Amino acid sequence: MNNLNLDKLLKDKPRIIKNSVGLDYNKYELSGIGFDYEKMMNDSGLTLDDVRIIQNNSMVGNTPLIELKNITNYARKFSEKGYGARIFLKDEASNLSGSFKARRAAISVHIAKQRGYKGVIAATSGNYGAAVAALAAKQGLKCIIVQECFDSSNVAQPEILEKARACEAYGAEVIQLSVGPELFYTFLDLLDKTGYFNASLYSPYGVMGIETLGLEIAHTLKETEGKFPDTVICTNAGGGNLTGTARGLKKAGADKTKVIGASVNLEGLHMASDNDFNKKSFTTGHTGFGIPFAVNPDRSDVPRSAARPLRYIDEYYTINQGSVFFITEALSVLEGLERGPAGNTSLAVAFKLAQTMKEDEIIVVQESEYTGAGKHHQPQLSFAKNNNITLKFGDVLSEKPGKDIIFPKSGKNIDINMIPLNKIKKSYLKKYIDVELSDTDYDFLEKELRLNKNKIMQLLEEVKHERKKR
Amino acid sequence: MLVEKGKYVRIRNHLLKPEERDKKLPDSTQKVPFKSWTKGYLNSEAEMYEEATILTATNRKVTGILKEVEPKYKHSFGDFVPEIHSIRKIILSEVWGDEDE
Repeated sequence: MNNLNLDKLLKDKPRIIKNSVGLDYNKYELSGIGFDYEKMMNDSGLTLDDVRIIQNNSMVGNTPLIELKNITNYARKFSEKGYGARIFLKDEASNLSGSFKARRAAISVHIAKQRGYKGVIAATSGNYGAAVAALAAKQGLKCIIVQECFDSSNVAQPEILEKARACEAYGAEVIQLSVGPELFYTFLDLLDKTGYFNASLYSPYGVMGIETLGLEIAHTLKETEGKFPDTVICTNAGGGNLTGTARGLKKAGADKTKVIGASVNLEGLHMASDNDFNKKSFTTGHTGFGIPFAVNPDRSDVPRSAARPLRYIDEYYTINQGSVFFITEALSVLEGLERGPAGNTSLAVAFKLAQTMKEDEIIVVQESEYTGAGKHHQPQLSFAKNNNITLKFGDVLSEKPGKDIIFPKSGKNIDINMIPLNKIKKSYLKKYIDVELSDTDYDFLEKELRLNKNKIMQLLEEVKHERKKR
Repeated sequence: MLVEKGKYVRIRNHLLKPEERDKKLPDSTQKVPFKSWTKGYLNSEAEMYEEATILTATNRKVTGILKEVEPKYKHSFGDFVPEIHSIRKIILSEVWGDEDE
């Protein structure tokens, strides 16, 4: 039948990727460990203005930036006098297909069409599938979406089932897989057999599409409030959302705006575990993607990922599942905005951070996502209960992912943890401790980690020391 | 049960046996096969739970075990979750005050 030949696919991978992305990544490689990131990002022939026009022609972008006045007032109840920043939400659910992922898909699908590919393929269980499917439908291209969906008892995450339905509604073929990283081989096999375009989230096109999101936030606030945002907070998984938004902000001149990452804490749940698969209540926006992709961005489906969050992130926070569900409910009953839970990860963190910011400051939550059957806090919590996860109210920071979901007893008790960036940067550097690094290498690392050479050398020493201790 | 040609169905494939899987997997994943499910129109009549070939939405011919005829979407808004109502009460009373105050 349709067995996979892993060895053969691994051998053919460079050829398949080159043909399916239409990019020769070799030309960006530097001697040593690095590559020329900006050269890769600027090599598409598309300007930011082109990107904006392509998106606008497809009903993508120009989403409303809404001030969440009731949520802001709620946060201020727990702030000291003079504190409690204004919280704004970029309502990305208004994009075609219902999420910011349409920005990425619009560019990938445009390139696929322009270069004469007959179809596009994306490996995603999330909103990106629906986005690629919708944009492909608009361009008259075939579309295949590959999802990790079922555990070995054939039980699927409700959120992923909804995404499959959405993709099929846009005319795509959906291939659903059981749990496991071999999804990548199925994906390669399909690319090879169909000759379709690889609409990777991590190609320059996939990230460039998000730059308009940062740009729009900066422009809108400059126009309506007379200033750029003080802080923009991004839900972080694969890193593309944060990378693209930060690049867009910089291109708009908002280079003093702080860029913060937020992920749902799923510590302890193994992402490749059949057993753990249905114990999580978030299928994206969580630390199971956020941290490994920051530590090793090139683990993606292209040789060099365009999503490089460590180049842009100023602070990184985690939040528990219960707090995100709490704030999802608050968004509904206080603002009349029923939006999907995963996209509200950064809103939950913003709710806490706003309390520490001055009341004339502005914090922008840069996305929201559509909601519906399966993809909503009620089915997700109902699913958790059926998987023997205990729901309770209490200390949110003591939540044990896979065992319980803890809701705060009051908005006052929503709490977050800061992940020290140097810890992630040290993990990033681990792969280089036995490498003789040249000046070119250090130059690359300085850009990758936003640290100077001395600091990098110090972190490398610390990593070496820690290895010896073990 | 014989299913007629042209019916919209779901088929399943075992892509990898447990021993053929990636070697660095957690135990619970390592010991089970890697499977796929695809939907499409039956290329010719086929018996339930026997091998069948379908034509997918992208006109690919795929062969697998016939598992389901006219597969339905089973996901929903889930069971009633009382905790959501408790959360709602907390939020509304903290923002607008209690009604009987």
